Amino acid sequence: MSLLLEPNTLEIKDQKLYLQMGLSDEEFNKITEILGRTPNYTETGLFSVMWSEHCSYKTSKPILKNFPTNGERILQGPGEGAGIVDIDDGQAVVFKIESHNHPSAIEPYQGAATGVGGIIRDIFSMGARPIALLNSLRFGNLDTPKGKYLFEEVVAGIGGYGNCIGIPTVGGEVQFDDCYKGNPLVNAMCVGLINQEDIQKGRAKGIGNTVMYVGASTGCDGIHGATFASDELTDQSGEDRPAVQVGDPFMEKLLIEACLQLIASDALVGIQDMGAAGLTSSASEMASKAGTGIELDLDEVPQREPNMTPYEMMLSESQERMLVVIKKGREKEVIDLFKQYDLEAKAVGVVTDDKQFRLYHKGEVVADVPVDALAEDAPVYHLPSKEPAFFREMQSLEGSLPDVINCKETLIRLLKQPTIASKEWVYDQYDYMVRTSTVVAPGSDAAVLRIRGTQKALAMTTDCNSRYLYLDPETGGKIAVAEAARNIVCSGGEPLAITDGINFGNPEKPEIFWQLEQATKGISEACTLLDTPVIGGNVSLYNETNGEAIYPTPVIGMVGLIKNINQVTTQPFKTDGDLIYVIGDAQKEFGGSELQHLLYGEYEGKAPSIDLDVEVKRQNEILKAIKAQTVASAHDIAEGGFAVALAECLIDTKSLGAKVTIGKETTSELFSETQSRFIVSVHPSQKEAFEQIIQDAKCIGEVTSTDTMEITDQENNMVLRASVAELTNAWKGAIPCLLK
Amino acid sequence: MKFAVVVFPGSNCDVDMFHAIQDELGEEAVFVPHSEYDLSSFDAILLPGGFSYGDYLRSGAIARFAPIMKAVQEAADEGKPVLGVCNGFQILLESGLLPGAMKQNRDVKFMCRNVKLRVENNKTMFTNQYESGESIVIPIAHGDGNYECDDTTWEEMIKNNQIVFRYDGHNPNGSKDDIAGIMNKRGNVLGMMPHPERAVDSLLGSKDGIRLFQSILILWRENHVVTS
Repeated sequence: MSLLLEPNTLEIKDQKLYLQMGLSDEEFNKITEILGRTPNYTETGLFSVMWSEHCSYKTSKPILKNFPTNGERILQGPGEGAGIVDIDDGQAVVFKIESHNHPSAIEPYQGAATGVGGIIRDIFSMGARPIALLNSLRFGNLDTPKGKYLFEEVVAGIGGYGNCIGIPTVGGEVQFDDCYKGNPLVNAMCVGLINQEDIQKGRAKGIGNTVMYVGASTGCDGIHGATFASDELTDQSGEDRPAVQVGDPFMEKLLIEACLQLIASDALVGIQDMGAAGLTSSASEMASKAGTGIELDLDEVPQREPNMTPYEMMLSESQERMLVVIKKGREKEVIDLFKQYDLEAKAVGVVTDDKQFRLYHKGEVVADVPVDALAEDAPVYHLPSKEPAFFREMQSLEGSLPDVINCKETLIRLLKQPTIASKEWVYDQYDYMVRTSTVVAPGSDAAVLRIRGTQKALAMTTDCNSRYLYLDPETGGKIAVAEAARNIVCSGGEPLAITDGINFGNPEKPEIFWQLEQATKGISEACTLLDTPVIGGNVSLYNETNGEAIYPTPVIGMVGLIKNINQVTTQPFKTDGDLIYVIGDAQKEFGGSELQHLLYGEYEGKAPSIDLDVEVKRQNEILKAIKAQTVASAHDIAEGGFAVALAECLIDTKSLGAKVTIGKETTSELFSETQSRFIVSVHPSQKEAFEQIIQDAKCIGEVTSTDTMEITDQENNMVLRASVAELTNAWKGAIPCLLK
Repeated sequence: MKFAVVVFPGSNCDVDMFHAIQDELGEEAVFVPHSEYDLSSFDAILLPGGFSYGDYLRSGAIARFAPIMKAVQEAADEGKPVLGVCNGFQILLESGLLPGAMKQNRDVKFMCRNVKLRVENNKTMFTNQYESGESIVIPIAHGDGNYECDDTTWEEMIKNNQIVFRYDGHNPNGSKDDIAGIMNKRGNVLGMMPHPERAVDSLLGSKDGIRLFQSILILWRENHVVTS
């Protein structure tokens, strides 16, 4: 659109053009009141993106403020590019998760790729070296060509970006349920490492300092991406394809190296990436946080196409761009620094003292609004919430015992469920080894990376079982955090903190808002008890297709510290003769379970209960047992229950088997999804030491050299006998087979 | 011994290569940017993996025009060891230092995994610490590793023992004759898709790659003693 064709203030107001940009009547009136006049087209655009849910958290803010965000090790909580946690020796770990759901629904390869690119920028804009990527993905079942296409392209996009940029994709999770059919979830997490003295903040400090633009030029891609992300998807959403950005991982690789070099220079005052709402958010947030103003000369902004309007430049979400504030007079050295990497750094503005956000274009002022109005004064909504009748109904159902006729066949079928099955097909496409620090590769409970030059390592995972949240969001929220912590603990790590990727439906529906309230309540409680504060994250609402919401899916990204690399523990059994223990008793809990879905095709009843005090006690004991070097392998019991977990302990061992005896109620013993349970193997020489630490661990059998899994009941009747090879084939073959 | 680790824009295994030499082999490694013209002070040249210039156009196709490649050619002409791994191999093919070309993997997907290799020729400056026919485990991570050449070239390579590594058992990417690594006729330029620098520390799994670097070092030391 050329400038001459842009609607004037009268047209914006009278024809209510702001509605198309996602602003309500009240919001537009509030803007008019703040400015004391009607905003022009560019200004309306600035407010519409900054006041979108994606940038302002206007509906989720009242809820997010309840999260515990402080802790002894927390150096930076929510509010910056990413949170930061102390890991001793002057080092810190920086991490954050972010969603790219809507773009991925429309253009899966680029949507996923740019999701990865965006989260990487959040990490290095804090001054950290990105060292690992994880993700959390949700798709519909793989039974339609569209479903397969979305899955294959998202995986390719994540790999395409991460592989090229040279940051290993080391872990994650993928689940399949039909509620995600039209609205897949793509949450990407990045973990970075930093020396605490190098921590940067996005501040435009120092009146008269120079604002510089670095990286890729600005094009017309991604215009209004943040607004697009704050609306429901419909069958017509494909028409919004131009709102999806295109990624260039090569450019970002250069940008990382150049920016990390710049961070070492004292010329740098502040740095922030241009993510959602691009130039608008980065510039206005940096000024607002510093209590300053900013003036930008848009004619200086590197442009990919001719005759771009201020509106287009300010709302573009072109990728691989950073905004930096430089001490006045030091511009040349910054330009030279970036030139070494074949990148352009350009002075585009100055820091001012009047707290205004002022844009010049062709010598004229085209926008002049208070920075705080953009970055801080978005309205906050306390939306109505209502407990859905569905919840009461589910709570009132008495759990019944599913009818399992053939235990072995049931186990094989469970192992073939795509949510349970091996994700090797996925991570085979990710370079998870580059940077040669990946000690535990994808496939175990958590990924583990060593920290070169130290004895330390980091464990990391993403988790969320949204079926439980669907039935009971509060309990499901607790379980999501607890399970993430279990995965860290089973790897030998102390859970440090979490980042949360909150994916929900339309919060304007009271039942959805209730889900949001309940889930975050559960998360907060679990985070408090497990001592894993929330250090940042992302909110993605309006995940609905044609009015149908996804299951509430607050993905938990967690990082743990392993103080000594020799404490790293994995899930496969190690040696025949080792004793197998189970910690925690199975209850008749099948609500939201894989078995329920397998047998009845739906989820109903109560989610499994969780007692967080028990959870904390068991996790502490397991960690203690690992640190005392008494544990050979550890694995938590999750989707599919004990039988699946036991099978996973045998797959990828060198021809080991297991012989165990289980309790009376075989269906519950084998397939219930009761929480806070673990399978641990222990070398006989460590028996006493281990049992002293975990007194309620029950020895149920031992690791054998037979290559078979044998489960008997108390009367020594065979309940289930299967060769490890057939279990492995079912588990590993399932996803490739579904994609054929 | 002094190793050059050549860094192109988009190289991303340069740091891994550096650590393999410096920390595990215990020799000196220096990063040399693509814009340099001189490698004369180095004893061996390493072209690491990654996505040089984004691998836009074709893997390795743009990197071959970088100023440093003239110096790499000179080092090869002087008989110095030149090792190209993954993208480094692709660059050696594009620049004509090794024969043949690289196609996309047979399954048209990027793949990252440990693979078994067979050492086909252990009488080289890169493999003298392996047994002939030995099976070793080295990771691969590539999208374009499907090696191709015409039959005349292939026959000549066989005749000259230029095929140094073959995939042992499963061929992951469809490469001709299971080829995983080849060298030039003179025997001082080796290109391979698998990453020996990722297999130098038992903490990360295999340590089978370290002997490749040790081979270079041991032969260099022997020659160095003779000539000095």
